[in-house]
Amino acid sequence: MADQKKKKLTPVQQEYQEMAKRIEPPRPVWRNCLFAFLVGGFICLVGQALMQLFIRFGFTEKTASNPTVAVLIIISVILTSMGVYDKIAQWAGAGTAVPVTGFANSMCSAALEHQSEGYVLGVGSNMFKLAGPTIVFGTVAAFIVGIIHVIIYPGGH
Amino acid sequence: MLAGHQTWKFVNPPVIVSTATVVGPEEGKGPLGDHFDIVHEDMTLGQDSWEKAERKLMEEAATLAIENAKLTKERVKFFVGGDLLNQIISNSFAARTLSIPYIGVFGACSTSMESLALASLIVSSGAADYAMAGTCSHNCTAEKQFRYPTEYGSQKPPTAQYTVTGAGAAVLAREGDGPVVTAATIGRVVDMGITDPFNMGAAMAPAAVDTIQAHLRDLGIEPDHYDLIVTGDLASVGYKIAVELFAKHGVPIRKTRYYDCGLMIYDLDKQPVQAGGSGCACSAVVAYGHLLKRMRAGELKRILVVATGALLSPLSYQQGESIPCIAHAVAIESGVDA
Repeated sequence: MADQKKKKLTPVQQEYQEMAKRIEPPRPVWRNCLFAFLVGGFICLVGQALMQLFIRFGFTEKTASNPTVAVLIIISVILTSMGVYDKIAQWAGAGTAVPVTGFANSMCSAALEHQSEGYVLGVGSNMFKLAGPTIVFGTVAAFIVGIIHVIIYPGGH
Repeated sequence: MLAGHQTWKFVNPPVIVSTATVVGPEEGKGPLGDHFDIVHEDMTLGQDSWEKAERKLMEEAATLAIENAKLTKERVKFFVGGDLLNQIISNSFAARTLSIPYIGVFGACSTSMESLALASLIVSSGAADYAMAGTCSHNCTAEKQFRYPTEYGSQKPPTAQYTVTGAGAAVLAREGDGPVVTAATIGRVVDMGITDPFNMGAAMAPAAVDTIQAHLRDLGIEPDHYDLIVTGDLASVGYKIAVELFAKHGVPIRKTRYYDCGLMIYDLDKQPVQAGGSGCACSAVVAYGHLLKRMRAGELKRILVVATGALLSPLSYQQGESIPCIAHAVAIESGVDA
């Protein structure tokens, strides 16, 4: 794909892009990876602590995950509404995007942003603008994995 | 009138009798904060949507510019304006409030100088005694339309730029006191095949260089004709590329001072703006607020403002199209020796 695009460029464009690439500051990939690992890990740690707490209050290991996720989502939504989540995310990158908090942020931010267009055309139709692809491709992936599972183990299990 | 291929040399140079700039909190905190007429502490300006806030910025700047010129809006015959939003709603709706005959233009972030060039042409040709040019942008409306919701947690790369919240307006007159617009060069659309909307500086730099070269060629002058040449919003990445392109094309830009409004408006080390500022208001508020004030104070005699614009839409880049760019240059001289 990238090569195909390159081929369409004129020599002048190619030369320019090479020059521009040289001047552009590169993305700090290693720093981003490290912060993503630490922050993402921290969020998971908080999740685990919450889960242990719920187990102590009489939930089983299976049922405790639901209230845990709910608490993380609420925290994320509150931070998004207060306008802090995006500032943490600029610093943490994938660390705040990958866990469930990122999903909550994507829905909450879109809902907040489009509130000015009303509840139906604004909030309703834009809430899944960013989260929608995750759901669509998550479902498609689950479907494909399901079919593979059926082919490998025709009798179930 | 026409000089060379794409430059207007004004025989009756229109006078910029007044300007007005209105900005948001982040711009107020920047190094040029004191030079703006109104600094808002609240991004919403007390409005219930970002779009209305942007419109309010434009209305305030336009009203103040007319007031500063000691005119009434009935005497300003035409208002040339544009902005970044779809169907340029901020300016069109502001023009509804102002009820001044209105020409809506779109040149993305180059709109500031595009509107100034057109308004100058109107006044210089005698089509009106007074005309006004204006433009505005708002960080949140630009984020909402071109990128993600404002509160969405996405990590911006170091090449990204921060859209300026603000509006600038200038009133031009056939005669009066103030700096005069002597020439304007209308740019060509240049596309170097850059597709990354988080790297506007690199996309726009060739357009800026192309227009500056055309301007110098058409008027038969060297860069040192000007005390200062500024580009609109190339920011740190585009600025470095532009400097290198000038060297490559043999333009002696080092003979004069060359800078970029996107680097002047913020303190890059302290403010979270990545590569620097962008947006229609970036060049408008820096030129109308900071630079023209310095001209009136006699610190600058001749300047060339080159506003740069990326003519993309969210649809075009999602469909994988590259980013076409444009730049318009306007030469301003202090009225004293003109």
